[in-house]
Amino acid sequence: MVRKVVIGLTMVILGVMLFAVALMMRPFGEPPSLMDDYIIENTQQVTGANNAVSAVVFDWRGYDTLGEATVLFTAVTAVVMLLRKRKDEAPE
Amino acid sequence: MMSKVVRSITRLITPAVLVFGLYVIMHGHVTSGGGFQGGAVFASAAALLLVAFGSDRIKHHMKIPDLTAISVSGAVLFIGLGFAGIATTFFYNLFVGSAVFGHVPAFGPAHEDIWTGGVIPLMNIGVALNVVASLAAVMVVMAITSEKTRDGE
Repeated sequence: MVRKVVIGLTMVILGVMLFAVALMMRPFGEPPSLMDDYIIENTQQVTGANNAVSAVVFDWRGYDTLGEATVLFTAVTAVVMLLRKRKDEAPE
Repeated sequence: MMSKVVRSITRLITPAVLVFGLYVIMHGHVTSGGGFQGGAVFASAAALLLVAFGSDRIKHHMKIPDLTAISVSGAVLFIGLGFAGIATTFFYNLFVGSAVFGHVPAFGPAHEDIWTGGVIPLMNIGVALNVVASLAAVMVVMAITSEKTRDGE
């Protein structure tokens, strides 16, 4: 009984929150900040790249890509280390 | 090792997959895509070869130390290019306006000019080397291990 009440209350709160967010949503195509306008207008002069997405990934936000590459590298290092051939293992 | 049909089809489409991966990598600063995406496409060719021919045959062509060396060289190229502009800031695009990928396009679509982007195409290559070799190394290691456990136990 308590469980059902808790679940129902959670559902109601979640529904009210989602409804409020839906009502407060910006009109389509209106950006929430001026940052993207700045990037679209200045990418080609500042970075020389025609692809603004690539320019964001590798130039404006290079640190983020560095982190991604590091995460991938660490994961691969861990997998190869776990599944390596051990010295005491009999050769095939 | 799979059937003759699968192996023949793999022989046919692997070059196309590799060429498409290279295209996505090298045009990352002009069209959509880039080092990560193109590297994943390129590595999917390695997965195809592994599935079709089996790890017994492929592991002699894709050795783990070689793949590790390629992966590390890609990461070093990427971080080195990040450090190359350290005189201004980390990840400063120092090749804009220079002789290497230095064209600065006017505002607006200019997809036909591919000699642009400064360090971005070079970073694409670095990240692509990292991603290709890393994914291929993981797949080869996992294929070898799964084959070993299936035969051994």
